[in-house]
Amino acid sequence: MTLSSNKSLAAGIANWLQHQHNRLIVLLVMAALAMFFPLIANNYMLEVLTNAWFYTILCLGLNIVVGYAGLLDLGYAAFFAVGAYTTGILTSQFGINFWLTIPAAVFCSMVAGIIIGGPTLRLRSDYLAIVTLGFGEIVRIIARNLEITGGASGLIGIDRPFFFGIELSQGIHFYYVFLFLAILACFVSFRLQNSRLGRAWQYVREDEDAAEAMGINRVGVKLYAYVIGAMFGGVAGAFFAVKMTAISPETFTFSQSVLILLGVVLGGMGKIPGVIVGAFALVLFPEVFRDLGSMRMLVFAIVMLIIMLYRPEGIWPRGKS
Amino acid sequence: MSTLDIILQQLANGLIMGSFYAMVALGYTMVYGIIKLLNFAHGDLYMVGGFVGFLILSAISGLLGESWGAIVVSMVLSMLAVGLLGVIIQRVAYRPMLQAPRLSILITALAVSMVLSNGVMAITDGEYMAFNTDLGFDGMDFGNVFISYTQLALVVSATLLMVALYLFVNKTLLGKAMRAIAIDQDACKLMGINVNAIIALTFFIGSSLAGAAGVMAGVYYGSLHFSMGFVIGLKAFTAAVIGGIGSIRGAMLGGLLLGLLEAFGTQIPFIGSEWKDVFSFGLLILLLILKPTGILGKTEIERM
Repeated sequence: MTLSSNKSLAAGIANWLQHQHNRLIVLLVMAALAMFFPLIANNYMLEVLTNAWFYTILCLGLNIVVGYAGLLDLGYAAFFAVGAYTTGILTSQFGINFWLTIPAAVFCSMVAGIIIGGPTLRLRSDYLAIVTLGFGEIVRIIARNLEITGGASGLIGIDRPFFFGIELSQGIHFYYVFLFLAILACFVSFRLQNSRLGRAWQYVREDEDAAEAMGINRVGVKLYAYVIGAMFGGVAGAFFAVKMTAISPETFTFSQSVLILLGVVLGGMGKIPGVIVGAFALVLFPEVFRDLGSMRMLVFAIVMLIIMLYRPEGIWPRGKS
Repeated sequence: MSTLDIILQQLANGLIMGSFYAMVALGYTMVYGIIKLLNFAHGDLYMVGGFVGFLILSAISGLLGESWGAIVVSMVLSMLAVGLLGVIIQRVAYRPMLQAPRLSILITALAVSMVLSNGVMAITDGEYMAFNTDLGFDGMDFGNVFISYTQLALVVSATLLMVALYLFVNKTLLGKAMRAIAIDQDACKLMGINVNAIIALTFFIGSSLAGAAGVMAGVYYGSLHFSMGFVIGLKAFTAAVIGGIGSIRGAMLGGLLLGLLEAFGTQIPFIGSEWKDVFSFGLLILLLILKPTGILGKTEIERM
């Protein structure tokens, strides 16, 4: 198949998807597939797909910062870490019910977002990138050196949560938990995209000065993007902690942040279906190409470079707008 | 050890680390000054420089041994190689992106950085490489303070390189062209300056300084690892910001200051060496909040 016919195929699909009811059909088919997938899947496939939904949540969260508001965050794993550690510490060391720790995890990640975003969002966007990078490292180093976070070995033995008397311990339980969260994340992202705030983000992303001249509080809307993105990370982190029952500082490295960013860039910044595709590509690719081993990140990096140079809008086709 | 001895020893340590930071920060600041790009790959060029120096030293050690002569030769060759790598990166990855939105070029720079570090990781299997030299451990004693000849030589050569750079930028015609492009690229084109060539030259010089620092770090620490560029990239950026990004004198000053601050910062009770990185990144964040233009930077009045 030649490149041009490939392109026209993609364009054809994109055209077909422009119609409202066609879109609905696709959405329903996908939802049905996702719902009934566990009936046919083995444990391995279930685990991989759960992971994919998990990365979907993280990528959608980062997408609000990078895709919607156009800010580069290189320390997104830090918010995810704050959420995971909040839940981990509160459940394992204070014996608090998991469901009650979720608001705490969200609150802590929001506070982290304000602490880091508040002062730096006034600066040039490339400063923000490097400050978030430094912040990501600070959070990881703090987690490694404090006693309450379990030091370098991290927290172990985090209790599984109960849901109406059922202990969430099976793979299938967490599949549905993360599927639900991913759908929720899609819904929130979709509603945000078309909201007043979403339009403000788009304006600030395209032309900051013009946006400000139109009365948009530049720093304010950026901070919103930052804090909402952090909340997504916090929620994902809280559920991650109880799914794994153990967390260690090495889960929240710079590579993790870059991986999440790659998911966003790969599918297409600012496009929800694109970001989902990106997150799935991120998880499925290393599973399909098992032999790559340590080359995985190298291949990812090269893919990211090629995408940025030749198709900066990502693999998801651009709709007519 | 008396307090004075500790102060002197930390002063020496701080100056050595500071000269590494300064050399890497120079590349950041030059590239930033000329095309307003934060070159994330810069720290990785430092790492690549270390490995290239190591390879060359291993190749010529049969001929020249592993003493000063051989190290100087491998450092110069490594500077050339890393300088060329910098030019290639600029040509392939950055030049097509110069008109793109800032977010795109930042992500591109990040991707280049990942390609370099993971490429070296794949080649070395993620192992540490021992950077063997036979420089020995001789040195001078000042009371209880010990400074080896190696450390001294590193500081001296870093100083020489920085002085050479300073003279080049301020006294030669090419340096003048660089400074002019930093001010107004379009006007330079009209004046007949080959802007692309000067940008490439800037990348060459900045990268080769990072390469030189990489070889020096190999000599100093005695080992190399693919991840060594990450932290130094961040630190050098901090140094460049402390001094005022875009300013060459600022990068040198910022590098030395950061080295000293770190050396003395880790002596404060409760701030052990495991908190060293937190200390410098915290400093960076604080500085960006309080005085983002740095010590010698100019206030920028343009769009954010």
